[in-house]
Amino acid sequence: MSIFSVNRPLPSRQRSMVALLSFAVPIIIWCMVSYVPFLWHPLTQITDPGSVSFFRDEMLVDNKVFEVETSKAIEAGTALPQGVPANPLYLPAPHEVATAFVTAFTAEPKRRSEKWLHESLWSSIQVIFWGFFLSSIIGIPLGILAGTFDFFSRLFEPFIEFFRYLPAPAFGALAVAVLGIYQAPKIAIIFIGTFFQQVLVVANTTRKLDPSLLEAGQTLGASNRSLVMRIVIPGILPDLYRDTRILLGWAWTYLIVAELIGTSSGITWFITQQARYKNFDNVFAAIIMIGLMGLMIDLLLAWLGRRLFPWQKTQ
Amino acid sequence: MTKFDLPDYKIQNHEVKDRFDRLKQRPISMEVKGLSKEFPTLNGKVTALKNINLSIHKREFVCVIGPSGCGKSTLIRILAGLETATSGQILLDGEPVAKPGPERGMVFQGYTLFPWLTVKQNIMFGLIESGMGKDAAESEARQWTNLIGLSAFENHYPRQLSGGMKQRVAIARALANQPKILLMDEPFGALDAQTRAKMQAYLMEIWKNIDITVLFITHDLDEAVYLADRILVLKANPGEVEEVIEVPVPQPRNPSQFLSPEFLATKQHIEQLIHPPTDNDTDNIDLVRMVHVKSDVGSVF
Repeated sequence: MSIFSVNRPLPSRQRSMVALLSFAVPIIIWCMVSYVPFLWHPLTQITDPGSVSFFRDEMLVDNKVFEVETSKAIEAGTALPQGVPANPLYLPAPHEVATAFVTAFTAEPKRRSEKWLHESLWSSIQVIFWGFFLSSIIGIPLGILAGTFDFFSRLFEPFIEFFRYLPAPAFGALAVAVLGIYQAPKIAIIFIGTFFQQVLVVANTTRKLDPSLLEAGQTLGASNRSLVMRIVIPGILPDLYRDTRILLGWAWTYLIVAELIGTSSGITWFITQQARYKNFDNVFAAIIMIGLMGLMIDLLLAWLGRRLFPWQKTQ
Repeated sequence: MTKFDLPDYKIQNHEVKDRFDRLKQRPISMEVKGLSKEFPTLNGKVTALKNINLSIHKREFVCVIGPSGCGKSTLIRILAGLETATSGQILLDGEPVAKPGPERGMVFQGYTLFPWLTVKQNIMFGLIESGMGKDAAESEARQWTNLIGLSAFENHYPRQLSGGMKQRVAIARALANQPKILLMDEPFGALDAQTRAKMQAYLMEIWKNIDITVLFITHDLDEAVYLADRILVLKANPGEVEEVIEVPVPQPRNPSQFLSPEFLATKQHIEQLIHPPTDNDTDNIDLVRMVHVKSDVGSVF
């Protein structure tokens, strides 16, 4: 069977092979660009300045400049400069990033006011958690009500429809003015970014519940309260769970904005700070860390979902 | 259409006649008076049902049949209280009904079992709504799963069951509420022929043994004649009662009666009511000329 069959799953061994490739391919490209000298490497790192007056050890110069200076030195018969091909600072090699993964946790902050990486991470997780938690405990019930009763749909949705077009980051200054400079305004940004979408998404999910289940419930004598508690909520639970997983991803994207207002803190601040010091290995390590954390949380939630909803075929 | 030499469907033998006389003596369970339903559409009002009158006696089995679009599903949904009539009245044991309630059990074509509940929990749903304690409801539901022969499946989820099994659970779930009447909206329409035959026999068995009145919607003539005491034939545009037929086939029914003269006579009569013979039935055969005939076979007849 061809591996390109439309709408047919691959054999399970090939599936995991291909899934592995999806990570392997970008990493291999990265390794090749970093370790194979004739691939890219637009700069030369000076190992011996020779007779060139402005060259210094470890200095990065354009390949062109190096060639010109070398040919000048040959003509003049003076000592030749020595160098090795190098990539720009902003593309550290994989092993450097891997080292940074460890050293980022062990390296002491450069200034006393700055935080350790694990403190930054923890601060970010708290902001995400509280912002998303507050949004969910209000947004999910409102969404369910709006999706079940037309009354609440008319009551909430027009305003929310309007409000969700207002960009959450625009509320940054306002949030600081109202809530101070510490974690509260950051949590508020995550909340604003998530809440309005959440109500609408949950309302839509609720509306998609098979109406014949509600009719069956009514002919079995269920009251309005029972219809919501015993049919709507359990009926939408798997979809609600999936929505929440997707929305949690959105909350992470608002983190970047949230952490730039008020006092600087969190993983985004760490990244900005490290970029300022040109520690791009740390920058990459931190970005990958955010990605890994998101992926791990998502995989965990997916696994949990399969346990929580045994009546569903597959997730 | 060839006319077969069949007796008049109105001729009832002594036994059947006697049964209908006694049936008409029974108190009326559900009464429908002057029921009409209009839907507003973009092109003005559409009358789905017009002046439906019907009395269903206690423990009677009534089937409703009609061409598609005759409003039979609308009728049963109004009786269940899931839709409101434009005019007319529905009485259950003399009391007017307006909204859905457990005294009118409903079985839908699409099973409508709650997918997150097991077989047992599905049956318990209505019992708990009626205020029964969890333990009492559970033991009652066990008896029902036993009665429908699904004891081994009481902890299975609906997706693990076949269509016939699901519909058995749906019937038990409706009956567990002790309804006065069981409304069934094409309940076996999605089942294959063999399963449907089994389910029909099964339903007859339940109906014989418990105190229940049944109103059954179907589009299958055999099913209607096989199951019903009386058949309400509707016609379309607008949905009106064409005829109420007393089925002359003796009770209790069994599959061998499918070929009895009175069965076939009734079926033939309804067939003519629903699909009146027309001259232009073969008009569209010209379309076949669009396909080239290159076969060696000149004619199949």
